[in-house]
Amino acid sequence: MALSRLASSSGSSLLRPLTSALFLTPSLRRPISSAADDSTTLTIETSIPFTSHNCEPPSRTLETTPKELMTFFRDMALMRRMEIAADSLYKAKLIRGFCHLYDGQEAVAIGMEAAITKKDCIITAYRDHCTFLGRGGTLLQVFAELMGRQAGCSKGKGGSMHFYKKDAGFYGGHGIVGAQIPLGCGLAFGQKYSKDETVTFALYGDGAANQGQLFEALNISALWDLPAILVCENNHYGMGTAEWRAAKSPAYYKRGDYVPGLKVDGMDVFAVKQACKFAKEHALKNGPIILEMDTYRYHGHSMSDPGSTYRTRDEISGVRQERDPIDRIRKLIFAHDLATEKELKDIEKEVRKEVDEAIAQAKESPMLEPSELFTNIYVKGYGTESFGADRKEVRTVLP
Amino acid sequence: MGLSRFGGLVKGLGVARRRPFATSTSSSSSTAAGGGTIVRGTGSKSLNLYSAINQALHIALETDPRSYVFGEDVSFGGVFRCTTGLADRFGNQRVFNTPLCEQGIVGFGIGLAAMGNRAVAEIQFADYIFPAFDQIVNEAAKFRYRSGNQFNCGGLTIRAPYGAVGHGGHYHSQSPEAFFCHAPGLKVVIPRSPLQAKGLLLSCIRDPNPVVFFEPKWLYRLSVEEVPEHDYMLPLSEAEVIREGTDITLVGWGAQLSIMEQACKEAEKDGISCELIDLRTLLPWDKDTVEASVRKTGRLLISHEAPVTAGFGAEISASIVERCFLRLEAPVARVCGLDTPFPLIFEPFYMPTKNKILDAIKSTVNF
Repeated sequence: MALSRLASSSGSSLLRPLTSALFLTPSLRRPISSAADDSTTLTIETSIPFTSHNCEPPSRTLETTPKELMTFFRDMALMRRMEIAADSLYKAKLIRGFCHLYDGQEAVAIGMEAAITKKDCIITAYRDHCTFLGRGGTLLQVFAELMGRQAGCSKGKGGSMHFYKKDAGFYGGHGIVGAQIPLGCGLAFGQKYSKDETVTFALYGDGAANQGQLFEALNISALWDLPAILVCENNHYGMGTAEWRAAKSPAYYKRGDYVPGLKVDGMDVFAVKQACKFAKEHALKNGPIILEMDTYRYHGHSMSDPGSTYRTRDEISGVRQERDPIDRIRKLIFAHDLATEKELKDIEKEVRKEVDEAIAQAKESPMLEPSELFTNIYVKGYGTESFGADRKEVRTVLP
Repeated sequence: MGLSRFGGLVKGLGVARRRPFATSTSSSSSTAAGGGTIVRGTGSKSLNLYSAINQALHIALETDPRSYVFGEDVSFGGVFRCTTGLADRFGNQRVFNTPLCEQGIVGFGIGLAAMGNRAVAEIQFADYIFPAFDQIVNEAAKFRYRSGNQFNCGGLTIRAPYGAVGHGGHYHSQSPEAFFCHAPGLKVVIPRSPLQAKGLLLSCIRDPNPVVFFEPKWLYRLSVEEVPEHDYMLPLSEAEVIREGTDITLVGWGAQLSIMEQACKEAEKDGISCELIDLRTLLPWDKDTVEASVRKTGRLLISHEAPVTAGFGAEISASIVERCFLRLEAPVARVCGLDTPFPLIFEPFYMPTKNKILDAIKSTVNF
């Protein structure tokens, strides 16, 4: 019942055909090994124009360089490969617990990074492996954390849902849906005091968009003019519930009402980059703005979800054919003659090797000592007693 | 009502008062020790926990046309299949999905119940119940009281899967029952097996007070039992003695009981006879049954997955010491989760395992 309605109404919006990128400058016919990658600029258009709410949308025409294109391709291929490897590791029971994969949504992570600096903060929910990688995390840290080893970014204590990277302004990694939004606005509040022209991107999903705390945070951010950018990664399913069944108004970019919003094709990395750049400028001048990234995840909600009980396989493969972010970049690269098919395949092979090596290294990393169970509950030296199984004797004083 | 503190030993079956239970198909006489009004043999099937709960929900919706089941993803059956078939059978006016907002789900349920309906709200994991905490503790628990009995939300039942599952990590394993036991006006009920779950859930739904019903998620598939197919209810606020003994009383609930039972069997080999009590209802809890048992054995051990400090074991311990101080032969032992957030990779160390319980049994008996 639900699936048929989906096919008729929102099916068309999900399978928007890929309008080929218009290129206004004559294409370069140089292989990528040429030295002058950075100086040449290419002008391209995003797949569709931006739709805005209460603000002027940015232009859909933007400039890029061959180097940027190739970097995007490589980075997204790396993220894709990483998530697929995580899938296999989970099935091999090396990763336990919960694992929420991001493949299909890579353009959001990459595009956002391209528009901002490491001093800007990003905070997201539990689908955070790729966001962490984008912030400068290494593959080793990712896989080690997933497998619960010491080399992991949270020392193995957090797991898949709790990746953090303080030196790159990545504030995680949160399991409770929607709880990261007020936190993100609080980060923006701190940034306003520090006056360093930085912003915070608080990411959430279409499921979380119905949480009350979002609106509380939005109101306060707008009231106090905080440099907070709320990014709704709308992959159209809140776990198993389609957006039209959860939201009266699935136009998440408009739900800020008095807060301006922008709807972005989240599968087009350049649209994401343009939107984030625009949003950062806006937020520093005028306060909060909402970005809705229209994106899609190929995997189910988590590894326990096959992802096909609430959507058809045709839909998934349709999106993969029409809107896949990596394919879009690939087509752009071919259109501008920046690389041959073989060269791209070589990059993918290289990426695969990198991932495999990282996994092998992560497997070598040891598990944490059992005494770490008691560390970092309170600040060191607090002298709190923690009791073991039998309360008759004190088991440990928390370090 | 209570036993005289200084009365002699009371025979162990506990003072299980037979409360009259308004259900059409039940008759008296329990089988095992303790309360329970079930007619056996009128058709029963081997079911696991989620199927038993599913059956209970089917019966609840069938017998009361003004009852509703809602929550995140319940339409297709729910993440644990507890609500399969309900939407197909009763329609989406009575069984429906909500958006992702626990505070909204519970608040909405309170309103629905206040209009005289039976609202069965599902919170997908007990770890997510905290946004709704204000609604439950401040609104639901106090509604009847603050309106001078003009209004109430007794028709509200909140169901949530709780407890460790082996790999749940911080936010899919918590046992938050202690937080809710601290709010007079609420009832907190935790079943240990399919047969118990069906009867207790039907009682909770039909009880004229708001109830929080925690289901041990570990047991959803693991625990299988012969469950009668008809409509039956089990009494609330009555503990059940599920294993009789003379040397030490063990009290627990939910999934922990199976671990405790294993420990009891091992202790038996060392000649220690353990009495095991399933509390079933944590708030208001059956103090008399536990007291009677401790008067018999003189020793008490409580075990739960939640962290030991300020867990519900603390309440049981304090109350029993108040009532049985002179009878106790050893301090009350609590074998519980450690005082840390529920860990991911350290779960085996955190959990109150059979060996920890066995250790505590021995040291208590040899005090």
